[in-house]
Amino acid sequence: MADLKTLFRRSGKRQREIAEAVGRSEGAVSQWVNGDREIPADLVLKVEEFTGIPRHHLRPDLWEKTMPNAVDEAILAAPDLTHLQRLEAESIHIMREVAAEAERPVMLYSIGKDSAVMLHLAMKAFAPGKPPFPLLHVNTTWKFHEMIGFRDQRVKDLGLELHEWINQDGIARGINPFDHGGAYTDIMKTEALKAALDHFGYDVAFGGARRDEEKSRAKERIFSFRSPGHRWDPKSQRPELWNLYNTRKNKGETIRVFPLSNWTELDIWQYIYKESIPIVPLYYAAKRPVVEYNGMTVMVDDERMRIPDGQKPEMKSIRFRTLGCYPLTGAVESEADTLPEIIQEMLLTTTSERQGRAIDKDSAASMEKKKQEGYF
Amino acid sequence: MDAQNDLLSTDIEAYLKQHEQKSLLRFITCGSVDDGKSTLIGRLLYDSRMIFEDQLAALEADSKKMGTQGQNIDFALLVDGLAAEREQGITIDVAYRFFATEKRKFIVADTPGHEQYTRNMVTGASTADVAIILIDARRGVLTQTRRHSYLASLVGIRNVVLAINKMDLVNYSQDVFNRILGDYMNFASGLSLENIVAIPMSALAGDNITEKSGNTPWYMGQPLLSHLETVETKTVDRTAAFRMPVQWVNRPNQDFRGFSGLIAAGSVKPGDVVRVMPSGRESQVSRVFLDGDMPFAVAGQSVTISLEDEVDCSRGDVLTGVDDPIEVSDQFEVTIVWMNETAMLPGRSYLLKLGAKTVVASVTALKHKVNVNTLEQVASKQLAMNEIGLCNLSLAQPVAFDAYDKNRQTGGFILIDRFTNETVAAGTIHFALRRAQNIHWQAMEVDRAARAGQKDQKAFVLWFTGLSGAGKSTIANIVERRLFELGKHSTMLDGDNVRHRLNRDLGFTDGDRVENIRRVGEVARLMTDAGLIVLVSFISPFRSERQMARELLPEGEFLEVFIDTPLAVAEERDPKGLYKKARRGEIKNFTGISSPYEAPEDPEIRLDTTALTPEQAAAQIIDALEQRGLLRGAGL
Repeated sequence: MADLKTLFRRSGKRQREIAEAVGRSEGAVSQWVNGDREIPADLVLKVEEFTGIPRHHLRPDLWEKTMPNAVDEAILAAPDLTHLQRLEAESIHIMREVAAEAERPVMLYSIGKDSAVMLHLAMKAFAPGKPPFPLLHVNTTWKFHEMIGFRDQRVKDLGLELHEWINQDGIARGINPFDHGGAYTDIMKTEALKAALDHFGYDVAFGGARRDEEKSRAKERIFSFRSPGHRWDPKSQRPELWNLYNTRKNKGETIRVFPLSNWTELDIWQYIYKESIPIVPLYYAAKRPVVEYNGMTVMVDDERMRIPDGQKPEMKSIRFRTLGCYPLTGAVESEADTLPEIIQEMLLTTTSERQGRAIDKDSAASMEKKKQEGYF
Repeated sequence: MDAQNDLLSTDIEAYLKQHEQKSLLRFITCGSVDDGKSTLIGRLLYDSRMIFEDQLAALEADSKKMGTQGQNIDFALLVDGLAAEREQGITIDVAYRFFATEKRKFIVADTPGHEQYTRNMVTGASTADVAIILIDARRGVLTQTRRHSYLASLVGIRNVVLAINKMDLVNYSQDVFNRILGDYMNFASGLSLENIVAIPMSALAGDNITEKSGNTPWYMGQPLLSHLETVETKTVDRTAAFRMPVQWVNRPNQDFRGFSGLIAAGSVKPGDVVRVMPSGRESQVSRVFLDGDMPFAVAGQSVTISLEDEVDCSRGDVLTGVDDPIEVSDQFEVTIVWMNETAMLPGRSYLLKLGAKTVVASVTALKHKVNVNTLEQVASKQLAMNEIGLCNLSLAQPVAFDAYDKNRQTGGFILIDRFTNETVAAGTIHFALRRAQNIHWQAMEVDRAARAGQKDQKAFVLWFTGLSGAGKSTIANIVERRLFELGKHSTMLDGDNVRHRLNRDLGFTDGDRVENIRRVGEVARLMTDAGLIVLVSFISPFRSERQMARELLPEGEFLEVFIDTPLAVAEERDPKGLYKKARRGEIKNFTGISSPYEAPEDPEIRLDTTALTPEQAAAQIIDALEQRGLLRGAGL
């Protein structure tokens, strides 16, 4: 059994921090750590809370050690795991499998709410360390400015490594969402993603897609293999049993891994609420300048927006259900500026999430086709 | 739904609180083609209002376009997501769907009915708590009904709902219902299903789905959804012995070392004594945490555990309680569901993944396969796609395990092909075979190094592979003569000669070819133990078996020599007249003609016999051996 000094060292907390947390002098804490003086009884629980050192180690004379291996009442009485707890455990398990078996894993970070949850889970999975993989953001250069600001802040706060990838060739050719429609998505997102994965040599990439989003996603495995050209073959997916994932790949193959496969949109929001996960403010309603464009309400995020003739940007209280390239992302009129209100609005609403994205509208099989070609 | 909706609009915080406490039920729907599985799920989603207006509009448009239900909505189109499925009107792959009621959240795996997609059905079933088995009331119990019930039972599902569907087409007849139920119970008595509930329904018309139907006044039970909301699943027993396969050793800095994993059984708290298996070392749990410390954690949670002592523990080990220790073995009796186009062959080596552990394994005996219609045991030499067999399995090293009946996570495994990397089988462990412990290795005083040293040489295997007529034996003979001249002690194992004696009981099926190579590999190994240089001249067409032979020997002592002769050239030479016979169909399973030859991808030595004489080829081999230092004395 380790002594108290070792336990304090392992807790990773400095004596000064402990002193601050419990409102005593650093000298006093030093005496506790060295065993020169006992921790006052009224402070034991505070110290336990802050350092994680169990009370029976801090004051063995006051707190009896719980019987080892006896299942105590608290464990038996605790409620069944909730669906969110089970989903969380599953996602973390998936991430750890990838970390253990992949050669060069990467997490696709697209700044939206699903990415926010995925990142939060990755931080949990490897705490107190950092996730053993970098983040990758494929930037089309048409993302909302607030998204990029949020991204940079988040990465800084968490102390993570992020690679940004922009298809420079597409920029040089002046590819933009106004003139190039479907080709824009293909060149600036799909092709850019493939190029980024090839450039860095990533063999496994996490994506935040969920099975409830769209019909062909509902059929996709959690570990989804891509042939050397990043193509998906829906007819020859590997069987995926229990939580045993076969991560062995053939030469040139890569794997897309979807740890949020079994989450629904409501689960995502509920988890963000429960865990207080930071999200881009664009999800909350605020007065923002908008125009009607392509049958959608589009925010004028910068001077590049092509405002249709006869329209002027109008200030409306709007928010976004999904975030992407601003000219392609439809806003909804809303007053919801708290998380519960957003969730309420989502549950009472009668259109599905992806409707705000122009990409899915073409045909029922469009997403399957896009994915076969390498779209995430 | 209505009470829920009220709360949703009046008190969202209370609604969220309520929703957060919901438990989760995972179920599968299975049964034969056209029994209405997809329609049932579409109906559940529709009736629990999980379909948004825009989806509904798209659905109505699609339904009219496809025209399968006249002007009515075809719910199946909601679920069949792949283009091929919509075209053919069948389900190919598992689709996962999500819905919730006031009491529970549900994840549904809609699994395919067609036999060739059985592996996808097993994929869905492996994580399910409940199986809904659909039966078309007009057709009764069919092959697929039996197959899926058996598979459900095999993967450990104990709760079954027998959904006798399309009752509207048999006038809601109680007699029909009772007859089908009787048939089913008769079959199911041979399975280990515990709770079978039969419900008469019509997914299309909505009878007994969310509400009790007026069309079946004789039915006393609950409608489907109420049953799913209340059915008791075997909730994880927190008093069970603790099990956590270690996935990841978390070591961010010198001061911290934690073991991360998903708890498979029982519970754990600081202070508990745990054992690291298979090593058996013990320590006490100092912390249990995820992003903060936890007073305890239970089965189903992903956590990180740190221990009081610096014990050796790595990925693939299992942390267990001390009261009911996990077993350790390298020989098992298992049931295997074969899921690959290439048949399972006893003796071939595969990779086995159990928990976080991956080891080399091979089937040592296929005891019998199971006829899923009759549950009869049938003798067989191999398992083809979708077949199920009882086997003995031998692993290259011991692993910690529980019987599958006791725990799915520590008793279920997959087999992976070592060359294609495909998942070829799912399996469940029954028990350990004790043989491993009963045969002890006889410790040798004079060892292989000593024997080779006495001959002042290095022992190794030269493994010649190539088509019949490629020139293997011709070249091998020249090489052996050169070795002899150099004063080396050697021997030759020739394919034809060995088949006359040691392997005369073997034929030319794929299974026999595997055994042929296994025996020759073992003999070659024994002879290198004796200090000899062994030349093996065998067609040895399969990569897996050559790999297996390679692994019998220490690194660097197995040299694969690929006698690379194109089929046309070998057939032209045809020194034994065998190709002509094979072409006439007089020889079955002839390599290159009616049985495949898998060329080596990375042989130590490759010889193109269209550009070299046999003497030149032999000289290249001797050169290669010298370069590798294999012809020097043992001590050098």
